[in-house]
Amino acid sequence: MFKILKKEALAPKTILMETYAPLIAKKAEPGQFIVIRVNEKGERIPLTIADFDREQGTITMVFQEIGKTTNLLGTKNVGEYISDILGPLGNPTETDRYGTVVTIGGGVGIAPVYPLSRKLKSLGNKVISIIGYRSKDFVFWEERMRSSSDELLIATNDGSYGAKGFVTDVLKNLIDKDTHIDRIYAIGPAIMMKAVADLTRGYKIKTIVSLNSLMVCGMGMCGACRITVGGETKFTCADGPDFDAHLVNFDELMKRLNTYKEEEKISFEKWKEEVSYGA
Amino acid sequence: MGLKKESVPMREQPPKVRKRNFLEVPLGYSKEEAILEAQRCLQCPTHPCIDGCPVHINIPGFIKAIKEDNLQKAIDIIHESNLLPAITGRVCPQEDQCQAVCIMGNVGDPVSIGRLERYVADWELEKRKKGEVSLPKKMPPKNKKVAIIGSGPAGLSCAADLAKMGYDVIIFEGFHKTGGVLTYGIPEFRLPKWIVEEEEKFFKQLGVKFQTDVLVGRTLTIQDLFEQKFEAVFIGVGAGLPRFMHIPGENLDNIYSANEFLTRVNLMKAYKFPEYDTPIKVGKRVAVIGGGNVAMDAARTALRLGAGHVYLIYRRSRKEMPAREEEIEHAEQEGIEFMLLTNPIRYIGDENGFVKQAECIKMRLGEEDASGRRRPIPIEDSEFKLDIDQVIVAIGTTPNPIVPKTTEGLKTGKHGTIWVDENLQTSVKGVFAGGDIVTGAATVITAMGAGRKAAASIDKYLRGEL
Repeated sequence: MFKILKKEALAPKTILMETYAPLIAKKAEPGQFIVIRVNEKGERIPLTIADFDREQGTITMVFQEIGKTTNLLGTKNVGEYISDILGPLGNPTETDRYGTVVTIGGGVGIAPVYPLSRKLKSLGNKVISIIGYRSKDFVFWEERMRSSSDELLIATNDGSYGAKGFVTDVLKNLIDKDTHIDRIYAIGPAIMMKAVADLTRGYKIKTIVSLNSLMVCGMGMCGACRITVGGETKFTCADGPDFDAHLVNFDELMKRLNTYKEEEKISFEKWKEEVSYGA
Repeated sequence: MGLKKESVPMREQPPKVRKRNFLEVPLGYSKEEAILEAQRCLQCPTHPCIDGCPVHINIPGFIKAIKEDNLQKAIDIIHESNLLPAITGRVCPQEDQCQAVCIMGNVGDPVSIGRLERYVADWELEKRKKGEVSLPKKMPPKNKKVAIIGSGPAGLSCAADLAKMGYDVIIFEGFHKTGGVLTYGIPEFRLPKWIVEEEEKFFKQLGVKFQTDVLVGRTLTIQDLFEQKFEAVFIGVGAGLPRFMHIPGENLDNIYSANEFLTRVNLMKAYKFPEYDTPIKVGKRVAVIGGGNVAMDAARTALRLGAGHVYLIYRRSRKEMPAREEEIEHAEQEGIEFMLLTNPIRYIGDENGFVKQAECIKMRLGEEDASGRRRPIPIEDSEFKLDIDQVIVAIGTTPNPIVPKTTEGLKTGKHGTIWVDENLQTSVKGVFAGGDIVTGAATVITAMGAGRKAAASIDKYLRGEL
């Protein structure tokens, strides 16, 4: 059982939760994730570790309330418990002093981009961050991102804050202005990561993405998260979650993410009904 | 009294009924049936059955006690060598072990040792349910900590022996529930999960501690364990990595590894979706690839979920199938269609990425290979397409690399197994290993045997004799 120590609504449907998980906090590195199970009948879902505090023994997750499990998690309050948290899983993001790096985050993907940018900056890189939101209402962690980047660029889909458009529009601008870029990291929805990969492929800029496959075990024993990278089958949990964006078969990833769309709907509808009866 | 050549059969749920429920298939012996079967044991002085058992249970001893209707004595005898008889009585391949060498086999059926073991174990479980627990004798506390990695058969049996010897034992498990393959792999209808849970309670009463949600290699390393004052470590993490065939289309939607399919159903209770949150697809036409016990488990599970038709595709003939005869028969009785001497070569998907066809090729058997089985050879121009909407790949597993990869100096052998010496000690001092992570995928009972052997070695090591 893992106690919730802090809960904060960062934006509509976007929640930050800090839990006491000293073993995970002690080992966590940027790029790693956890698998959680909210309660006894719950499913196991992967969530990125948005931040960690080794001294306090806490880890932070940021999630969007989408289906049953994330909505159920969103109803948990400070002082309550999450049944299971397993981690840190996956391989830490490879970081080094590359020169100029661009870190790109979309939606809740911005959360894990923050500790990554912080680390890249501390290693002596020039960090340009591009963060994208649906609209102004959804903006969170702008200040944190500013503090961990040398330059921060913001985009919203509707133009209500920062540049109008997608993170890829901002990235293309940057490239068109002849900005020298040594490496790009992109974390966000699969469709965003695919767009970044498609854009940077032509420019031959090394691009790393953190994949968000469906998962069950998180430790390499089930293969639910398998994905084709460079023509070979890889397990996101054991071989990733970071991969060379130019080698990832994103179409396959997106199709696999949709496998249980119908079941997810059934589960969510049932839950909403139960909650409304309860109230 | 004349020699009774035929063994007493065990009553079973009829195939038509059981293929749509998850309840156990064999129903167990009654007292009369058990005594009748026990009377078939000749109590021969050579007792080859004891040597045929990987954990050397005193088989004639406990059978004699059944005959005398002294079940407490029977369970005590079994517990001397095996603390998980309700499990082994159900899943052991007795026909290849104790029963294969039974003298009665020369004149008729061998004594049904497995069924008798199960009978005694179930009697004791019923007693435990009423709160009557008889714990095995424990030696005084030694105040030394031993860490066990993995709560499957190897880890459990190692932990039990060490706890009896007076060591402080903690089992670390990656999943949220203990039992390893007993929990995530073997289906409810072969091994009811309440039995595994009951055994966990029993182990706790014995003093074994469990820590779930800890993946050694990620959450903690073996080095960390030594820093936490554990004086020895046993690695029993199994061979949990699913193998795929690496043929085109294998990552289409609705293609599962058997591990994923069975984990969703057994561990996550997807068969109770949406009461439980984990979903699973129910195929109209399912293809299970493979011919082992896991393939049978997957095929029969798919049927119980409500699948329309289940094919079992295997590249050799029925004779070469590695599954237990009993499991093969059960699958056949339930209506699984065996497509033998057939192998998939690619999968074809629909526009949404869901599998819709398997292209297969016919095979014939050639010369014997290293395993002593005749090698399957594809027959030219025999390709055909099979309409299916779900595939479960059950062609075996390989050792889990997480611990070897994160432990400095841990020597591994071919195929990623951990190297051990004759005492099951690894190349790292104080670190022992056993079960599938050492041998590659094998059986529950061999893993349990290895766990017990490692426990004896760990005891020697901690007493400075190794």
